[in-house]
Formats: sequence, structure tokens, C-alpha cells
Amino acid sequence: MIDSFIDGPLWYFSLFIFFAGVILRLGSIIFSKHKVDLSVAKGPETPGALRTLFSRFIPDKGLFKHIKFQVIAGYVFHLGLFAVIFFAAPHIKFLDKHFLGFSWPALPHWGFLVAAQLAFLGLILLWLHRIMSPVSRLLSTKGDHISSILTFVVLLTGCLALLESFSSLRLLHRFSVELFLIYFPFSSLMHAFTFVPSRIFTGAWFGRRGIKS
Amino acid sequence: MSETMSERLEKGITALRGQMDSKVETYFSSCVNCGICAESCLFYTETKDPRYTPIYKTEPLRKLWKQEYSFWGKFASKLGLSKPLTEADFADWEELVYDGCSMCGRCSMVCPMGIDVADIIARVKQGLSAAGYTPEGLVGAAQRTLEFGSPMGNILPALQAHIKHIEADTGLTVPFDVQDADYMVTISANEVVTFPEYIASLTRIFHHAGVNWTISTEAFEATNSGLQMGNNTIATELVGRIVTAAEKLNVKYVVSPECGHAYAAIRWNGPNYLGKKFSFGVVHILELLDELYRSGRIKTSGMETSRMTFHDPCQIVRRGGVEAQPRELLASVASDITEMKDHGRMNWCCGGGGGVSANERAEELRLKVFNRKKSQLEEIKVETMVTACSNCRTVLEDGLDENEMDMEVLGLTELIAEHLVEDEAALKAS
Repeated sequence: MIDSFIDGPLWYFSLFIFFAGVILRLGSIIFSKHKVDLSVAKGPETPGALRTLFSRFIPDKGLFKHIKFQVIAGYVFHLGLFAVIFFAAPHIKFLDKHFLGFSWPALPHWGFLVAAQLAFLGLILLWLHRIMSPVSRLLSTKGDHISSILTFVVLLTGCLALLESFSSLRLLHRFSVELFLIYFPFSSLMHAFTFVPSRIFTGAWFGRRGIKS
Repeated sequence: MSETMSERLEKGITALRGQMDSKVETYFSSCVNCGICAESCLFYTETKDPRYTPIYKTEPLRKLWKQEYSFWGKFASKLGLSKPLTEADFADWEELVYDGCSMCGRCSMVCPMGIDVADIIARVKQGLSAAGYTPEGLVGAAQRTLEFGSPMGNILPALQAHIKHIEADTGLTVPFDVQDADYMVTISANEVVTFPEYIASLTRIFHHAGVNWTISTEAFEATNSGLQMGNNTIATELVGRIVTAAEKLNVKYVVSPECGHAYAAIRWNGPNYLGKKFSFGVVHILELLDELYRSGRIKTSGMETSRMTFHDPCQIVRRGGVEAQPRELLASVASDITEMKDHGRMNWCCGGGGGVSANERAEELRLKVFNRKKSQLEEIKVETMVTACSNCRTVLEDGLDENEMDMEVLGLTELIAEHLVEDEAALKAS
């Protein structure tokens, strides 16, 4: 009973909430009030926007020594998570069968384990930093902690599900993914999408002022 | 009748609501509270107080955005679970935003999400200002400018007296209210009262380069307390005076002085305050000098031999895009230039921008955060620091005095004027 609910209605419901929520959030950015800048631009906006979109992947050299913990842990987590989501064999198989109709080479089993360990390590380090650094502790909200915990649970259940010998573990993983998808559009997890317009807005602003950002 | 607290609060909240747009939506949706911006802010690095983290200074606007624009915030508000913005929030953030932020924008250069934090802090100022939470120093400066034309009161007589001296010393004429001039020069009150040599230097340079210029007696003050306060009504009025004068004299360009926020006010914010494109161009004095130098209209001779560095005014360089010009100009008259470790668009602020230097309450904090500049200067061991903003210059001189550092601070325009070829010839002839 619970199996079919998780694999059926709850799955479709979570997908609906995820996609509808993300579209609504992005829509609210696109259709919110835009102020037209009447000052005469010194430079074009588009190259500035594109430059900032990519340049912010690399931290400022002078600042790096002060933020290296967050930067390295951040990269370890995000790259590990990306590899696990898009290159784990069960995920590719799932996406091929239910959504895309095509597949791509998967990570070998050991590769998956390494990626998952990196994602775990990065996530734990970032969370520790969040609770131990006076700055992050002051800034962090309940929502940030919920996002971290949900991501951790999804990763953990995913690793357990890889054992595949227990259907209940696979179900547990899917259930945690469903919770994650439902929570995603209403949380700071949205930064996975909104970092793009955010960097573009700022980059365009700097571009029109003739500043390399 | 004075406003009640709730009326003031409502005004502040209404002003904050007016700041909501696609940028605010995007920026707040993107922030992951990583705190990286803290390390870019001298108010945090020099105090280690996490409340000075740039993004934390935006909290009043973020709180309102969460409650009224986010799903969970709206949900919690309906259930009565969220705490609305209060007078106490405004009172707490007044100190953080006006004393603990120079609007230097360094945070906006480092946010991995690309959030223009300085832009949001400027929006928070709009709410605080509307609610009446603005430091006395800034309010007084704004009132004096509105009433007498300058934050230092009526300085037209002082300007005219200086100009008489300049004309007597140089034999040149300072042109007032010339119709159809190419350039209408604006000045900051600080340049009239503290650094009048700037005006003398301009007079000599423009004569040397054959520039057709003028000063309007109706609108020569370029500083804008409205911008520093976050009061768009005052900012618009002050920019409007310059625009009216420029249109009346039918000039081709308005020249912004060696003052950072004045440049931002007239060059970038001005058209948006007034809701129209200007019929004239706006250039910073460094842009004009560089153009004159490149086209061969400014000829210099001799080189400064003392060990020099350039302090980048934030609103001119990082937020204004005038980065290469001062370096080119300085290199034309100085042979031993050493850059500070973080310079150009990643410079460290003097600590007095954004109205901090006009806010007496912030003086102790401002002098404390000067330690950042002090460390930068100690690393490179220079004898002279050149800059291009009279406010930076005053703040730097204060900081150097306080720390008993023996270093000369010069304005770039004056330095150029000292090396004009014709002046050397004239001196030899005399």
C-alpha cells in the first residue's frame, strides 16, 4: 500500500510541486518590476552579464585565503552531488526509462562511492561551518538547516539504496527525494537556479558601468 | 504635529515595499547565508563583529520580503507565527547601515551568487530614512544643502573669495555662468573649504588645455546628502539643481569633481532620480583629464620621484568604472608608483564613504576600520598617497594622523597641475 503510494501519487505530486514551484519562482523574477536604467551606459550589458556568470565560479585571489574552507568544501560537495545525481547508474537508468529516452555512460561503482563520499564530506563540512562560524551562525535560518538535513538524508538513503537487496531502502530513498523536491521551490535550495539571473543582473549592471566584475 | 511611532514605522515599511523588484526577488532567493561577504567588508575584518556582515545589514528588507513575498513567510504570517518588522529593527539597523557600511561595494564583487549586496543596503537606507532613522550628521548636511546650497552652509562667498585669489595669483579668469560652455564644472564643498587648491589646479589645467568651461553660481555643489541618507526626494532635488543649471547654460558636459558619491549621484543615479535622460553628458574629472592627456592637450614635464601609491575611491573606481584613467595620469607625472596589494576594483575603502564621515557617531568605528588601510600602507612603505576624492582625502589624513603615520596625501588633479609644461616655462620666464 505505502509502496504504491510512494512510487505513484506522491512521486507525481512531488514532481508537480517541484516543476510548478520552480517555474513560479523563476516567473516571479522574470515578471517582477524591472527598473529601467536611464543613465548612459559606458559599456554593453551582455558581455558583463556573461563575464560575471562565469567569473563568480572562481573566488577573488586576495580573498581566497580567508574563505578557502567554504570554497573547497563547497566545490567538493557540489561536484560530488552533481556526479551522484547525473552519473550514478540507477539514476541514468531511471531518467532514460521515465523521462528522456536516452542514456549516457555511468560512473563505475567505485566512482559512485567516491563521488558520494565527497558529497557527504563537503555537506558535513559546510554544515559544521554553518553552525560553528559566528558569521554563518548569525545568518543561518531554520530553512538553511532543513535544506542541509534533507540533502543529507537524500544522499544517505541513496547510498543505502545502492545495496538494492532491500526494496524498502529504495523506497526510503525515493520518499526522501520526494520530500526534497516538495521543499525545494520554497527554500534557499532555489539558489541552484536563481544564481544564474542573480549573477546576470549584477554582471549587466557592472557591464554598463564599464567595470569588470 | 509630530508623527507617532507607528506612523513612522509604516512610512519605513512602505518605503521598503517600494524597493521590491526583480533584483531583490532574485538576490534574496539566491542567498545561501554562506557569509563569504563578511571577509570582504572592512567593518567586519577590523572588528570581527558578525553583525557587520554585509548581507546581515539587509535584514530589514529581507525580513519584509520573506513575510510578504515568500511562500513560508506568507504561510507563517497567516498563522501569526512570524515577527513583523518593528521600530526596534529600524533602530538596530540604523547603526549597522549608517555607521558600519561605507557603501564601498566590495561585498558585491565577491558574492558567489552574484548578489549586489551594496545595492540592497542602499534600498534598506530608503526604509530607514523614511522612518526617520538617519544619523543627525547626515540629516543636518541635507538640510543645509537644501537651504543654503551646500552641506557646509552657504559657501558661495568662500568660493568667490578663493577664486579672486586664484585669479590674482594666476592671472587667469575663472568663468562663471558662461552660456554654451563645453563643460560645466561642479565642486564639492570640501574642495572649497578644505582643498581650494583643487579649483586653482582646474583653472590652470583648463587654461593650458584650452577648455571652454564654466561654473554655475546657481548649482556648483555636487555632493548629495540625499544619496548618502537614502532619501530619494532630497537626492532628486539636489541633482535637479545641477541639471536645471546645465540646461539653462546649455552646456555639453557636466564635470563631476574629485568626489566619489557625487559622481554616482549625477552620473548614474541622476537620470533615474529625475526619470529622464540628460540633454548633456556627465564625465568625472579624471575621465576628462585623461581624455585631454591622451589627445595631447595636456602636456606635462618632470616626474615626482617620491615613492607613491594610488588610493582608489570606491564610487569612482569599483562602482564607477574609472580605473585605468587615474593610473595613466599618475604614471605621466610619477616614476615610482607601487600598488597596494588589493587595489583597483578590489581596493579597500578609506572607511568614510557612504556618509560615514559625516556621521559623528561613527567616528570611533571609522578610525578603527582605518587599520585595514594602515596595514596596506605599511606593506608597501610609500611616502605619498595620491587619491581622487576629497572625502577619501580627509578621511585618509585623519587616519594617518590618528596613527601617527608620516605620509603626504595628494589630489591627483593638483599633481597634474603641478607638472603642466607651460607653468614650468612661465616660472622660468618669471
